[in-house]
Amino acid sequence: MKKVVILGGGVGGTIVANLLAKKLRRDEAEIILVDKTGKHVYQPGFVYVAFEKLRSAKLVREERKLLRKRVKLVVGEAARIDPEGRKVHLADGSVLDYDRLVVALGARLTPDELPGYVEAAHHFYSAEAAEKLRTALETFPGGKVVVGVASVPYKCPPAPAEAACQLDYYFTRKGMRNKVDIHFLSPLSRVFPLENVNGAVEGTFKAHGIRSTIFFNVESIDAVAKTVTSIEGETVPYDLLIMVPPHRGAKAVEDSGLGDRGGWLPTDKHSLRTKAHEDIFALGDCTDVPVSKSGAAAHFQAKVVAESVVADLRGQPSTATYDGHVMCYCDAGYHKGISMSFDYEHPPVPPKLNLKDWLGKRFLNRAYWVLVPAGRV
Amino acid sequence: MAVSAEQRIILDARGSFCPGPLMELIRGIKQSKVGEVLEVWSSDQGSRKDIPFWIQKAGHQLVEVVEEPGYSRFIVKKLR
Repeated sequence: MKKVVILGGGVGGTIVANLLAKKLRRDEAEIILVDKTGKHVYQPGFVYVAFEKLRSAKLVREERKLLRKRVKLVVGEAARIDPEGRKVHLADGSVLDYDRLVVALGARLTPDELPGYVEAAHHFYSAEAAEKLRTALETFPGGKVVVGVASVPYKCPPAPAEAACQLDYYFTRKGMRNKVDIHFLSPLSRVFPLENVNGAVEGTFKAHGIRSTIFFNVESIDAVAKTVTSIEGETVPYDLLIMVPPHRGAKAVEDSGLGDRGGWLPTDKHSLRTKAHEDIFALGDCTDVPVSKSGAAAHFQAKVVAESVVADLRGQPSTATYDGHVMCYCDAGYHKGISMSFDYEHPPVPPKLNLKDWLGKRFLNRAYWVLVPAGRV
Repeated sequence: MAVSAEQRIILDARGSFCPGPLMELIRGIKQSKVGEVLEVWSSDQGSRKDIPFWIQKAGHQLVEVVEEPGYSRFIVKKLR
């Protein structure tokens, strides 16, 4: 029987596995999903661990419970991919053969890559870090909070701007906003990566007294002097530093010699087949596909990958293509949010802050578990 | 990152939307040495504004912009 191996039990890998289990007959293929922890994490919730009182345990479910019964879950770490032998070597020494491989290993946080980062910076890109940030915010006496990103690319491009808005809302609720100076550092020519959305974000920053500096690409952090210096030559002081950590592609991809300079897996942006190997698909944050690294992108890509894998196994031409669709919500605080939807050909419509999109985000936080991993939407 | 016959570092960001090409250039500059020349190739219209703007801000030299069919080549010297 043919075998499909999926590496990674995040949004993309889980949806692909479940859609394949739905589309393929039992005698057509065995579906195996390999995940390092066996736990599925809803990462967009980390921001609420830091800025509200959400317990991080609420963001984690057993991967087994999210998968259809016929998907075989292997809890283990993919160590190396052997495309010529069509094998995946796991860290425990076991080997999995495949007919089609789906790589959905996500991005890796690499805080050690930036000197001074580990000692100085807070972030909200893991449950532990978000909890640590919450404590730092609770005890913050006032002063200058600097928000930025260590390097590009990083997961969830709106997250730093969302964090700046959440900080404003947090200290306003605490009655100490006048004691806090929020300074946002953007690596690009504007505060928000997407031009059409930038106006709404700049307007919000202005209305809430959030300062910003553009073209600030971090060179180094001095944890003793409490300053951040950019490659453009500016130095900014901070009392509390919140910075998205450096990211790289998946370790297994790099260790297999399949990644580019950043460890990202070169992948055709329409077919989602890897550029070097037709029988290996990749989706989500681990690829070099030029869209936001986000669960929403992985979600829409998963449908294309599942359709193409089914076509391949049945010897049919695969016609499914990914159009670059991404859709996401941002919570700007004060019960207001924005949403944006775009693809390769269509930039987002300039959004306005509104209650509906705030409710949309809150709804998705809860409905995610029922709707998304199963591939129902 | 490929190096051409003239020892230039070529960053091919064609097909990547703004700010993708600028992000490639920033990464390239970070990884290169003072005096090295980089070329970033972009098919995105937004780069015509963003890339020269960033080069000026970061204190490097925009040596030349060469228009090719369907894309532009921005030739940049790292000065600091």
